[in-house]
Formats: sequence, structure tokens, C-alpha cells
Amino acid sequence: MPLVNGGKIVDDSFVKLAVDTPLPESGDILVPAERFVGEADALLKRAGKVGVIWPNNRDIAELVPYLVKLAVVALVFPSFRDGRAYSQARLLRERYGYRGDLRATGQVLRDQFVFMLRAGFDSFEVKKQADAEAFMLTAKRYSVFYQPTGDGRITALHRRMQLRHSEGVGT
Amino acid sequence: MYAYDEIDRTLVNERVSEFRDQVQRRLSGELTEDEFKMLRLQNGVYLQLHAYMFRVAIPYGTLASNQLRALAHVARKYDRGYGHFTTRQNIQFNWIKLSDLPDALADLAEVGIHAMQTSGNNMRNVTSDQWAGVAPGEIEDPRIWSELIRQHTTLHPEFSFLPRKFKIAITASDHDRAAIKVHDIGLRLIKNEKGETGFEVLVGGGLGRTPFIGKTIKHFVHGRDLLSYIEAILRVYNQYGRRDNIYKARIKILVHELGIEKFSREVEEEWQQIRYSSLQIDDEVIEDIRSRFIYPAYEKLPHMPDELRQAAADPDFEAWRKNSVAAHKNPGYSIVTISLKPIGAPPGDATAEQMDALADLADKYSFGELRVGHEQNLALPHVAKRDLPALWKALDKLGLATPNVNLITDIIACPGLDYCSLANARSIPIAQELTRRFANHELANLIGRLHINISGCINACGHHHVGHIGILGVEKNGEEVYQITIGGRADESAALGNLIGPGVKFDEVADVVEDIVEAYLALRERPEELFVDTVKRLGVEPFKERVYATR
Repeated sequence: MPLVNGGKIVDDSFVKLAVDTPLPESGDILVPAERFVGEADALLKRAGKVGVIWPNNRDIAELVPYLVKLAVVALVFPSFRDGRAYSQARLLRERYGYRGDLRATGQVLRDQFVFMLRAGFDSFEVKKQADAEAFMLTAKRYSVFYQPTGDGRITALHRRMQLRHSEGVGT
Repeated sequence: MYAYDEIDRTLVNERVSEFRDQVQRRLSGELTEDEFKMLRLQNGVYLQLHAYMFRVAIPYGTLASNQLRALAHVARKYDRGYGHFTTRQNIQFNWIKLSDLPDALADLAEVGIHAMQTSGNNMRNVTSDQWAGVAPGEIEDPRIWSELIRQHTTLHPEFSFLPRKFKIAITASDHDRAAIKVHDIGLRLIKNEKGETGFEVLVGGGLGRTPFIGKTIKHFVHGRDLLSYIEAILRVYNQYGRRDNIYKARIKILVHELGIEKFSREVEEEWQQIRYSSLQIDDEVIEDIRSRFIYPAYEKLPHMPDELRQAAADPDFEAWRKNSVAAHKNPGYSIVTISLKPIGAPPGDATAEQMDALADLADKYSFGELRVGHEQNLALPHVAKRDLPALWKALDKLGLATPNVNLITDIIACPGLDYCSLANARSIPIAQELTRRFANHELANLIGRLHINISGCINACGHHHVGHIGILGVEKNGEEVYQITIGGRADESAALGNLIGPGVKFDEVADVVEDIVEAYLALRERPEELFVDTVKRLGVEPFKERVYATR
């Protein structure tokens, strides 16, 4: 499953650990939520970056104490129809100020990229190779956005206000 | 009319090109049907019994004449020469080919029409009073706020994959023509003691297999907080709405399971976190939207012009005028409802020729503007009273002057088994038969206001729960059986109807309705007592007795 980060297909340096996989000496690891919460101190002490895979049905606020230490938060799309991770992503970015890597994992398809980018995701475990290759093209599909989100893209309402004011200055 | 600017147009065009790409990927096999299904639904494309069905958005039911011509063009070029107006102010085409869809959308985009979010588990087309902006006594035009919500909900990055569909309706009049109490969110525009605009917010209304009347979650949300409050409701729903069972996934079930108090506490908590964010709307933003609504330059015209006085001698004209013409906020003008319920025809259908002709009439008599109501009729919202006789003649020629608005033959029906893959029973033929039974307009007038709603399955697209007489088709042992309720209503006193007894067979439905109506005529206290009020006064029992006495 190709990983897209920064708009490009990249190697994934993280190894996913199951609940009971022995902890490797070094290297970057991605840990399921229950294991992370149980062993957070030990995990964060070792060399190598730590990320957590957080399920849809667990309160994202639980992660707040750890956010500065986490290199990756991976949110799950059990189906491409399931939109809970979009809310979790926005809360992480906009309410809890998470600045690390926010990864979409699970059923991640091309036609969700724009929504995901706007919700604050910046890395993507894409299900299909062709979709991963089309990432940059797809990300540029839209130039107009009606809603303010934490991604900073200017909304239609604000663009109109800017136009109004610049017209006002000109006349 | 709301005039799109370059920003709105760009988005619609970008959506068309995205969908073109999605269709191509489906046709090439790159997308599976399961993957494509969600994408096409987000763009109003269903797979029906015989073909794809294409539902086009008519936000808050306002249409410009050139937009109606474009819809006629789509009906003619890509479909079978007609369209079907729906109970949510949209239009559907029933016979479109998948490979034609991107072109049809591109043609519609030229006049600022799209099909975004007319189906799928997202925020659907915002509906409103079809008399918005012209109804006497209206607090203010709710379409300004409808448009604000339309924009905010379009391709929303957080709420495009909700547990289930989500519908918002707005009204700004005492009499609710937008059925806000049977919507996921209902908004009643009101003023606070300072004269500032805000909304009573209702949540959790809906029909389908588990009908609920919406409950008030907040008595006053200031206009500036409207988007943040809606966003808070949706965020709670998106996270906690059930996703394990499609029949329990609507917000009404969440509200019911949590209870309105707990649900509103959750929303309140969320709202306080986002209330003072970039979601807050300042007056300038509202003014900007308002400035792009084009209002007619009304003339000062007489309340009772000579043309109207003379035409009053013609009983056919008078019958139509009394039935289909309503008061306008400007005394020289009227609101004219155009019945799409001719006797013996499927409710809500219009041919391409009728649409073109209506567009011309709108240009000539209604400042180029039309409306679509949830009762599946159209309206011309700004007709000078002096033009009423000429308009009536023109409508009559087109078969669009049936004087049955709000009467027993003004039936709301879903497409039913004739088109729909979900249906268990036919709806349209029941409606057609009923219009024949009550074809006599004098009889229909004698009966007075009476809404019949028909659904061909439990999903309730014909809103049978809130029909004064509701008819629900189900399947029992391979046969169509119809359950009949009475006493429902969709207005400000919204209520769910009560079952009168065991279901009846297809060819008995019209007889049963006749029996119910006869019972009503015998039981009403005076001619002004509406059917629904008689039912309220007496309950189901006397109607039940009448219907089942001989069966």
C-alpha cells in the first residue's frame, strides 16, 4: 500500500506493531491505541519515532497529553463511507493543535483526498497504486472552498469580502 | 433569485469535471460499482428499476426561467421528454444514460444548476418556503440564510460521509410550508426582543420507517451563530450517529436514544468550543449574499384592476383564481400556484414543452422567476393581478390550470414500483385512480383542503405519515397491500397519522378513501371544519367503523 506524504509517494519508515508484537530495539513504530495508552512512557523513551493508530470510536481527547511527543497519528477509515475520522482529524488539528503527521489509513481512495486534505490529513496510505500516483492532480481539483477549516485555504465568503474591499478601494 | 458569481460557477464546473473523471473511471473498470455508487449518489445519480435516475438540485425551490429551460433541454436531449418534481423541491429524470450524465451536468452548470448532494449520506439540498420573499407577513426572506447554508454544506470536508442523509429546511412565516418539523434540522426564523434575526432550531424530525416530529433543541440561535450551531449538531451526529444499521442511522434515532436533553447538552458543549471561531458570520457576509439576490422592481399597481373585474364573470377563471392564486406581500401582485396534478396523470410530472412554455410565462408575467414547492407543484411568485386572466388562459392551454391546489386530487406520491427499486407497491396508479374518483372540482371544493400522501414503501418518500390521509404500500405474501392512516399533517402543527385498521388491496384503496371522505362529510360540524380537524376532534374510530363496516 503506497504512502503519500507531502504530495509524493514515499517509503514508510514506520513499522506497524500489533498489540503483542515484541518491541523492536530501534526504528519508527506505529502502535495500536490500546497498546500505546498502556505503555506510553516506555514507548516514548526508546530511540525511534512513535506513532499511534487511533480508532474511530475512541475519544481523540485522550491523546492530548501525548500530542507533542507523537510523530504520527493515524486515523482509520474502516470503509470509505465512514466519516468519523474527518471529525477526529479536525479536532486534532484545530482544537488540540496537533502539528505532527496526520495519516489516513484504511479505505483511502482518490475521491476522498480533497476532503482529507481539508480536514488536516497530510499523509495517506492509499489503497490503490493508481490513486497514489494521481494524488497531486487530484489534490488540485478544486480551487473554491466554502467552509473555513484549519487547513488555511481561503473560503469563498472571505474571498468575496476581499474582492469587495479591493473594489471599494479602487473606486 | 440568487445570482451565482465567478466563485460559485468555478466550483460547479470543478465538480462537473470531477464527476466526468469518476464516470470515466467507472466505465473503464478502474472503479468498482461499490466504490462508484457512493460517488454517483453524491451527485444525485441512483440506479433504479429500469435505468439511472438523475436528481438535480433546485436550492430552496427557486428557479430562473433560463434554468427551467435548461432542465427542459436535459429532459429532451438526455431523457424521455419529461421530468418529475420531488417533495424536496428537486427535479428527477428517470431514464438517463450513465455516459450522458457528465454532458447533462455540464449543460446545467452553464445556468448555475448542479446535482451535488441530492442523494447520498451527506447534507442534502436545503429546502425552504416556496413563497419565500413574497408571502405576506413573512419576517424576512429565509432564502438568504438558505443560500448561506447551501454554500456551507456544499462539499463539506467533515460532513460528506455522515451515518445517513441529512436534510435542513427553513421557514420564516407563521404558516410552515417547508415542513420543518419532519426534517433532520428545522429552522424557524424569528426575531429576538432586540429585533435581531435568529432561529428556533428543531432537530430529529423525519419520516421513513421510524417517523418522528422534530424537537426544539434551542429556542433562539442568533443568526451570526447559525453555522457554528449547525456544525456542532453535525459534529455530534457524525461521531455518535449509528453506523451499524442503516435503519437506525438517521439523527432522529440518536436524538431518540440519547433523549433531547442529553443530546442538546452534547451539542451545547461542542458549540461553545466553536462558537467564536471563523464560523461566526458578520453582517457584511449576510449583506453580500443578500446583494446577490435579485428582487423584482414592482410597479405600484391596483389591488383590483379592471382585467380582474371583467374576468370574474367567467366561472372557470374564478374557480381557478380562488383555488390557485394567493395573496402577495405587494397588493398589486399575486402568487400563482401551478398544479402539476392534472386528473389522471402522475403527480409532479412536467413535459419539456410545458417547462419551456412555463419559462416563457415566467419571463412574461413573473420577472423570470419560478418556484418549486414540496407539494410537487410550481409557482409563479410575482404575477401582476391585471395579468391573471391572460396567464390563466395560457396555463389552461398547456394543461396547467387544474384548479385543485390543496384539494383531494393534489396528491403527493413517490414514484413507487413503476420506477423505484426500493418500492414494494405502486403509488402513481393509486394517485391516478384517486384523481379520477374526485375529478369533479365542485365535489373537491366541497370537501375542501385535504392532503393525500402516498408512499410505495416504508421509506416514506411520499410522506404518508403526514398526509391528512396517508397511504402506504407494502408487500404481503406477494401482494400489494395498502395501510391507511388519517390525521397526519406536515405544517406548524405537524403530527403523524393514525392507522385506521387492517391494510386493503390495491383495487380497494380508492373505495376506502371515498368511504373516509363520505364519513367526513357526514361528521363535520360545519363546512369550514377541515378534514384533519374533524379527525382531531373525533379520532379514528368513526372513520374506522365506516370503512370496515362492510368489509
